[in-house]
Amino acid sequence: MAAPDLVMYEEEYQQIKDILHRLQVDSNSKIVFLVDKNGQQIAVQGDMRGVDATSLASLTAGNVAATDGLAKLIGEKEFSILFHEGERDNIHISLVAQRVILVVIFDEKSSLGLVRLRVKKASQELERTFEVLLRKSEADRGSMNRFDSPFAEITDEDIDSLFSE
Amino acid sequence: MTFINYAAREINCKIVYYGPGLCGKTTNLQWIYDKTNPQAKGKLISLATETDRTLFFDFLPLDLGTVRGFKTRFHLYTVPGQVFYDASRKLILKGVDGVVFVADSQEARMEANVESLANLDKNLKEQGYELKSVPYVLQFNKRDLPTALPPDEMYRQLNFKGEPTFEAVAMSGTGVFDTLKAVAKLVLTELKKK
Repeated sequence: MAAPDLVMYEEEYQQIKDILHRLQVDSNSKIVFLVDKNGQQIAVQGDMRGVDATSLASLTAGNVAATDGLAKLIGEKEFSILFHEGERDNIHISLVAQRVILVVIFDEKSSLGLVRLRVKKASQELERTFEVLLRKSEADRGSMNRFDSPFAEITDEDIDSLFSE
Repeated sequence: MTFINYAAREINCKIVYYGPGLCGKTTNLQWIYDKTNPQAKGKLISLATETDRTLFFDFLPLDLGTVRGFKTRFHLYTVPGQVFYDASRKLILKGVDGVVFVADSQEARMEANVESLANLDKNLKEQGYELKSVPYVLQFNKRDLPTALPPDEMYRQLNFKGEPTFEAVAMSGTGVFDTLKAVAKLVLTELKKK
């Protein structure tokens, strides 16, 4: 496999949610969410009513992937920040630890400067959390723990039952 | 790359529909979208040109239900089939858990099938995967057309490793869910091995 599976544990999940919550409050933004580079939503804070989170996550990842491709074409390692300005709302997208994407949606109650400042701080915290997370899941993979995986016991019947309709 | 969230008790898997231009990848997704009940699906997103050719990808999130207390969610993607969109295809293959190759049964499109399959093999390798080890299903689409080649002939030319192979008419739904089920099963079975 190209990249190891991302595994999220309760403790780090809570930490990540706390960091996102602080970022949302400190930056005065509407929504803060975290997506992995493949478009899977990891965590979200803020008012998501009326927002299709899954599509948002997938399109963000597509956007970052395409921009990444552009960067490589002109010999840049990456463009670490993307910013989309709208009439009402703006989207600030940044890469954290080369692996996850931090998205902040804000309106006139905040400003690009403030968002950038707060994102920088939150990114450092997130980076540390993801380092721990990666070490933890690697250790799990290497240890006997893997036999405790709930998926080790998936039976063919379990899988068939998903398609019973 | 499967994303297992122990905190939210969710598994997220990514399945990519691959194949030559106009073979019916988007039609497969469209049928799945039309026939799935509203609670189980998200929006179908199509990044397409004005003439409805896929430009970047189509995307359909699908909730399949619960396995061992974990919500299983499949994210279905299609790639743009046209040859010159190769850079986009590579991006979409990132983090893939399972691949469906949709082949066009028309005799005239056989060369395009073979070329696209070779392209899949090459692009997977670039992402660090091997077609022979990744969960993989083959679909012969457009079986209803008079110019369709016999399935045996197609199997001989396109089947890579004895993968599950299905005959389909995606426009009317024949074989669409069989294909999806087969690849989902392979992906979950792979998860079990980890």
